[in-house]
Amino acid sequence: MEDLIETLKKQVIEQLNLAEIRPEDIDPAAPLFGEGLGLDSIDALELIVLLEKHYGIKLNDPKEAKEIFASLQSMSNYILNNKK
Amino acid sequence: MNSIISSYCKIKNNAIWINGKELVIDAKEVDLTIFLTGLYRQINMNYPKFFKMDNLCKLGMLAAELAIRNSVGFDKLEKDKIAITLSNNASSLDTDRNHLKTIIDKIQYFPSPAIFVYTLPNIVIGEVAIKHKFAGENAFFVSEEFDAELIHNYVSILLNNNDTTAVIGGWVNVDGNEYDAFVYCAEKSNFNLDKEEYKQIHSAEAIRQLYN
Repeated sequence: MEDLIETLKKQVIEQLNLAEIRPEDIDPAAPLFGEGLGLDSIDALELIVLLEKHYGIKLNDPKEAKEIFASLQSMSNYILNNKK
Repeated sequence: MNSIISSYCKIKNNAIWINGKELVIDAKEVDLTIFLTGLYRQINMNYPKFFKMDNLCKLGMLAAELAIRNSVGFDKLEKDKIAITLSNNASSLDTDRNHLKTIIDKIQYFPSPAIFVYTLPNIVIGEVAIKHKFAGENAFFVSEEFDAELIHNYVSILLNNNDTTAVIGGWVNVDGNEYDAFVYCAEKSNFNLDKEEYKQIHSAEAIRQLYN
C-alpha cells in the first residue's frame, strides 16, 4: 500500500505536469480537487487515462470518479481492489 | 480615435527584447521547453498552470506578461474592454504532432486530454485572457508569415469600437524548437507621448519595424 502510494505520487506529478510539486509535498489523505492539489476537470480525465495506462483499469461509470479520485489514498484503494 | 503601441516584447533565438532593451537571461538553452521554463522562473511569474501548457501557450503567456508588465498603466484599464488579436504560421502543429504520438499506436492508444486541449492555436488567447482576466474581443489568424497590415487593420478596427480600449496584438509561433514571438500592447490615445516612457504611434510600419 505504501509503495503504491509513493508510485502514484510520482505518476500523478508526471502525468499532470505538476512541475513545482515534490512527492513529499502530497498528503495521501488530502483532497485532490478543490483544495489540496487544486486539480481541474482536464486533470480528472488525465487520472482516468493514468488508471487505464498503468493499471489496466477502465472506468466505465463516470459517477465513480468523484469517490475514487477523492485522494491518493482512495485512488490506491481502488487500484488494489480492481487491478488486472 | 488614434492609438499608440505602449509596450512590446520579442522572444526569438534565445533572446528577449522588451521595449527595445534586451533582457539578460540567466541561461542560454537549446531546448525550447527548458528555455521557457527558465524564463518563467526568472521573471517570477508564479502561475503554476503554466507548467501544464504547451509551448505555444507558454511562449505567448511569457511574451504577453512581459509586454503588459512593461506597459505604463495597462493594468488600470477596464479588463472587459481589453481585446486580444494574435497570429502565427504553424497554427497548433507542434501540439498536433504530440497528440498524434499518443494515438498512432493502436495497442498503446492513450490519447492525453491535457495535450488534446491545446490542439487549437487560439487557446493561447484563452490562457492570456484567463491569467489577466481580460474579457474583450479575441481573434487568432493563421498566415504564411507575419503580416503587419493584417494585425494593424484588425487591431485598429477594434480600437475604433467603443467596446475596446486596448488590445494585445502580435505573432506567436512555435514549430518544434523553432519559435518566434512578438506581442505588443496597443491603446487608444490622444498622442500625449511621454519621452520618459516607451510609446509609439500604432501603425503597420511601426509594427513591422518593431517585429524586425
